[in-house]
Amino acid sequence: MDNAKLKNRLKYGAIWGFIAFELIFFTVAGEYLSLSDKVFLDLDNMMLLFKQSAPIGIIALGMTIIMINGNIDLSVGATFALSAIVLLDSMTWPVFAGLGDWVIPVSWLLALLTGVVLGAVNGLIVWKTGVDAFIVTLGSMLGYRGLVFMYHGEQPTSHLNWTLVDFAEASFLGIHTPTWFLLAVAVAMWFLMTRTVHGRNAYAVGDNREAAVNAGIRVGPHILVNFMLIGFLAALSAVVFYSESGSVNPNDGELYELWAITAVVLGGTKLTGGSGSIVSTFGGVIAIQLLRKGLGHIGADTETVNLVIGVILIAVLFLDRQLNIKGREELKT
Amino acid sequence: MSGQQAPVLRLEGIVKTFPGVRALDGVSFSVQPGEVHALMGENGAGKSTLMKVLGGIHQPDEGRILIDEKPVVMASPLDAKAKGIVFIHQELSLARELSVAENVFLGELPRKAFGLVDWKKLNDDCAAILEKLRVRFTPQTRVGDLSIANQQMVEIARALVHEAKAVIFDEPTASLTDAEKVVLFDVIADLKTHGVGIIYISHRMEEIFRITDRISVLRDGTYRGTLVTAETTEEEITQQMIGRKLDLTRNIRPVETGDVALEVRGLACGDLFQDISFKVHKGEVVGFYGLVGAGRTEIAETLFGLRTPTAGSIHLDGNEVTIESPVDAIRLGISLVPENRKEQGLVLSMNCRDNMTLPQVDDLTAGPFVSDGAEVAIFDQYRDRLDIKTPGWRQLAGNLSGGNQQKIVIGKWLSMKPEVLIVDEPTRGIDVGSKSEIHNLIRDLAAHGYAVIVISSEMPEVLHVSDRVIAMYSGRITKEFTAAEITEDKLIQAISGLNGSSGKDAA
Repeated sequence: MDNAKLKNRLKYGAIWGFIAFELIFFTVAGEYLSLSDKVFLDLDNMMLLFKQSAPIGIIALGMTIIMINGNIDLSVGATFALSAIVLLDSMTWPVFAGLGDWVIPVSWLLALLTGVVLGAVNGLIVWKTGVDAFIVTLGSMLGYRGLVFMYHGEQPTSHLNWTLVDFAEASFLGIHTPTWFLLAVAVAMWFLMTRTVHGRNAYAVGDNREAAVNAGIRVGPHILVNFMLIGFLAALSAVVFYSESGSVNPNDGELYELWAITAVVLGGTKLTGGSGSIVSTFGGVIAIQLLRKGLGHIGADTETVNLVIGVILIAVLFLDRQLNIKGREELKT
Repeated sequence: MSGQQAPVLRLEGIVKTFPGVRALDGVSFSVQPGEVHALMGENGAGKSTLMKVLGGIHQPDEGRILIDEKPVVMASPLDAKAKGIVFIHQELSLARELSVAENVFLGELPRKAFGLVDWKKLNDDCAAILEKLRVRFTPQTRVGDLSIANQQMVEIARALVHEAKAVIFDEPTASLTDAEKVVLFDVIADLKTHGVGIIYISHRMEEIFRITDRISVLRDGTYRGTLVTAETTEEEITQQMIGRKLDLTRNIRPVETGDVALEVRGLACGDLFQDISFKVHKGEVVGFYGLVGAGRTEIAETLFGLRTPTAGSIHLDGNEVTIESPVDAIRLGISLVPENRKEQGLVLSMNCRDNMTLPQVDDLTAGPFVSDGAEVAIFDQYRDRLDIKTPGWRQLAGNLSGGNQQKIVIGKWLSMKPEVLIVDEPTRGIDVGSKSEIHNLIRDLAAHGYAVIVISSEMPEVLHVSDRVIAMYSGRITKEFTAAEITEDKLIQAISGLNGSSGKDAA
């Protein structure tokens, strides 16, 4: 039994060990390889790292509950882009012309609502048709992206509201606005998954769906709520990011779903569902951003970053599989 | 005996038919409050179907279920649970990542405001239940960290959350150690004192005599009667279970002493089976008989290279061989017709010919291409030899009847020209007519000089086809019989862990 505990600790602790390794490696390697004089573990640099983690991080935290459920959502990148368009475009709508800066919360709400609706569509289809979430959201990923392009063709959608930009670029207690959002979502999701009935049921549904059904958990509505939640978080991620940038390209958010899934998997959540932790996903998000920044710091280009992350992901899954096979064989005997 | 009291649960004339099979034919029995009622019967006698009817998974075609003498309909598993029928399954249905308490109260976690879990109440309530069960783990333990036996305790704890009217234990001791069994029996005794009715399904005679009050016997989907445990004997139960009408013509012929084709010495594989030694001669059928989980299939899998033995040796034609994979086994002339035809034996969406030639398609080539002609030739040959009824080789394997599917699998392996053919549950899910055809086929193969091992859970089948029968219990060979000396009683005893027969439970 101690063995099992050790395994668990290893599973969820590994990501933090990996982060520590990255920090040490890039600090040391940076001494010799970095083109700039700045040390890697600089406070400003780390604060920036959190800020840059926010868009994908917020989505990844939502993806965790979806994957604990044993589902997946590939449409988050498209949801992100569509919500961003609604956010920026709605600020220019004539209906809201008289609102002044009060248009900001209205546009925020509209963008968030867009995310929730898109998520609900996914959830309803998964629930009512019983089609695998992978297929459903693969379809909606294409469909939602189609809507993005229908909006303005290949043209970017832009609107700069300086009040909004000021807010988004502000920092409070030395922490940037996007980082605050990331932290708030992380705490809220952690609370949801560890303290609420809904969160605990999410594990049961993913772990043993039949047992969950037999225990009277209404699995369909449960899944629907989770898809609405991740839609909301994808939209929130867009709100946080585009408040600052003010311009959406129709290709924005592409591959976000894969980065989010990568972060979740690095954090130790199983693709088959039933296990996973918000804290570890948070670690996965930081680890990926560290890797991107660190490789940049020692002079590697983007292609190398992707190659390295790809290799690490496969290595992690391989290790996880080895651990799980061992565990299962113990069970059999 | 509390005979005067109204039964908590009563089944009246339950009939359930599936296409082609009358799985249950008028089964009636009742369970008194505080009674442990054993349900016995051979594999396929209808026990599981009956339990599925009781659990709301199947609806009966005829007959009634009464709880406290009031007729009820079990619409779904959830409905059955709500009406106080609780199952402790062999296969556990727990969420491994959650704590014990969360599993026990799954679907009904106590809530505070805002959907928050009331952890204190949850853990306190769970602790109270665990205390009754006298287990050593706490409500906070992660279920995945528990042993199988303790996980079963969690399932039992679940049954105690609500006022259960009847608790059904399906082979509960299959994975328990002796000490754990004692705890389980204490729990059952405790449930008894609370007036719960208990249905106890088991093949293990010692347990039946130790804890049950009455025994109802099923045979071929019919109810054979209820015996009072204190007034009956093993022989009587066995007789009820087997009856006479299934007595197929016994196969007693002079044992031909062909050369030894396969010899196994001291084979072991972890906890699955130990100290397995036997010989199979050319032209001989050796039957392996035992309960599910006795280790028979695992031995076959080891011989076919799917498992790695931890001790012992395998000899073919007198030479020691190492079998590390099915490729090795096939090359050495060992073939396995697996237990589960549809999952392990056939590609259902492929046609008959392609299924049959699957293991040797590499050799049936003309240049870089697979030779259609050679494939069809093989198919035709074995279709005729095995009398496979199919409109043509283009027919998809999934569209054939069970018997013909099984023949395709057998044909597939015969076409590989094996010396040793292992057939695991050759007639599972096959109708009676085709059964005897398959049996004759197995006999015929032996007559042609193949060494055949037949693994079966059906006693008539084992008796019918085997020249020798090896009985197993709990991973060990308990006894070996020649066809002439075998009796059904002896065989039942040898596989039930009685008469001091060795096995890990006795250790």
